[in-house]
Amino acid sequence: MTRRSLIALIVCAAVLAAVPAIIRHEFYINLASQILIYALLALSVNMMLGYGGMVSLGHAAYLGVAGYACILLTVAGYGQLTAALAAVALSTAAAALFGVLSLRAPGLGFIMITLALGQIVWGIAYRANDLTGGDNGLTHPARPMPFGIDIRDASSFYYFTLIVFAVALFFMWRFARSPFGASLMGARDQPRRMRMLGHNVWLIRWITFVIAGFWGSVASILYVYYNVFLSPHALSLQQSAEILLMAILGGASTLTGPIVGAVIITLVKNVVSTYVERWNILLGAIFVVVIMFMPYGLVPGCRQLWQRLHSRRRHKAVATASEPAQ
Amino acid sequence: MTAPALEIASLSKRFGGLPATKDVALRVMPGERRLIIGPNGAGKTTLFNLVTGDLEPDEGSVRLFGHELIGVPTQQRVHLGLARTYQILTLFPRETLMHNVVLALLGLDRLRWNPWSALAGHRELYDAAREALGRVGLGDRADRVVAETSYGERRRLELAMALAQKPKVLLLDEPLAGLSQAERQAVRGLLDAIPRDVTIVMIEHDMDTALAFAERITVLHYGEVIVEGTRAEVVADPRTREVYLGD
Repeated sequence: MTRRSLIALIVCAAVLAAVPAIIRHEFYINLASQILIYALLALSVNMMLGYGGMVSLGHAAYLGVAGYACILLTVAGYGQLTAALAAVALSTAAAALFGVLSLRAPGLGFIMITLALGQIVWGIAYRANDLTGGDNGLTHPARPMPFGIDIRDASSFYYFTLIVFAVALFFMWRFARSPFGASLMGARDQPRRMRMLGHNVWLIRWITFVIAGFWGSVASILYVYYNVFLSPHALSLQQSAEILLMAILGGASTLTGPIVGAVIITLVKNVVSTYVERWNILLGAIFVVVIMFMPYGLVPGCRQLWQRLHSRRRHKAVATASEPAQ
Repeated sequence: MTAPALEIASLSKRFGGLPATKDVALRVMPGERRLIIGPNGAGKTTLFNLVTGDLEPDEGSVRLFGHELIGVPTQQRVHLGLARTYQILTLFPRETLMHNVVLALLGLDRLRWNPWSALAGHRELYDAAREALGRVGLGDRADRVVAETSYGERRRLELAMALAQKPKVLLLDEPLAGLSQAERQAVRGLLDAIPRDVTIVMIEHDMDTALAFAERITVLHYGEVIVEGTRAEVVADPRTREVYLGD
């Protein structure tokens, strides 16, 4: 890590830690928690999308499996920690199964199968009234008290989310620069060559699918804790698409891109929608503009722009410096 | 008697009604340099794809040192000691030459499953990659991105990646294609320097180089082996002339 990115990281961490002290207003602190949860979902889908080149339209399925499992187990009388761990385990196991089914087909087939699986989970949540409460949804009894700390109020819940988010981000950062991450990106760019180099492309993709499912499940538990409620709307196709859009908007295959995408989309959804009724149009316009001018997303696009400006300025500086010599 | 390095028996593959490989039999002994020639569409690359597992044959067998390969996934065949280069360059264009070779080395290293340690921290991999690049004369280009290198350099990178894996059997698909005369000489020298514990099967159209390189030659035509023998035998055979010169 370079010194500059280390400084940037420390500044970001400090700002994130200071968020509740800076904004104070409960609505906005909750919004910050929501952004972190969506950012985690977008980051997990980006492990597949950005590093693996696998477009999944069924990521909200984990909100369903992990979310309902967590609520049902808690309601059934299990401890909060047991319920959360079991829910994540169950949801990750579901990811393992979904992976086997989806990875049978490459490209478009993969997208369609993930979409179908997401819709199946949604359909079950919607129809299985006795279990999920159908359209009415289920209420989670209460937020947990990790280590006896009360996280019911907005700012302590924000810190709880921030810690989970930071841990996940750290793992993903290691993942992206690891040998496995390199193999995954190789399999994205040249699957045939990777096989001929001895890599098991299918297994690489499947493992990534499962890891992405795991982090998606963790985010889903946070989602349930945040809302203390879950209904089929949370696992609709639109939810999956939004998570995917966050990653694409910010820039897939970068670590910061999905976070930036989650910030923008969640803000537009929650803040702009209080002023403008048709906020979807604004979101669509932002998306079109970004994709037209920065086809790889905001973060890589801005980086490129900055580099170009920087080199031009340096160019100019060199030109003026050398002028007297002429 | 030692097992052949590569033994192909009654291998057939059809695309629809079109036979691309017809009852091909081939025995390549360890350490041998075998050349496969034939006009365009003779099924040379298809034969390679059948050996590597990119394609599954309709019937027949392919054995690597007596080990049956049919039904074995491509990546496992590589672990058994098979490597190949591609006629159409198949590299990682946005990565450095070094990273390309590192991916080749990772393919045979258990480290490839590690999702935690930093790849850049594994000096031994990078040292081995630098050495492999040095062997093909690209040592000073290691940190350059593939997209910024010349075609000849990419051809050599293909070779470096295959050699880095220390294969037992190396399949070279037109390693000289598209190279200038000077580059051909350079690559030719690289091929000559490959030690004899590597068995080489090569497809090549550049007859001067290819004939000088190989001990035995197989001529394919419409997916069939029509002539096989030593250099002199094949060149003297009227069927070779027929295929290449027309009647």
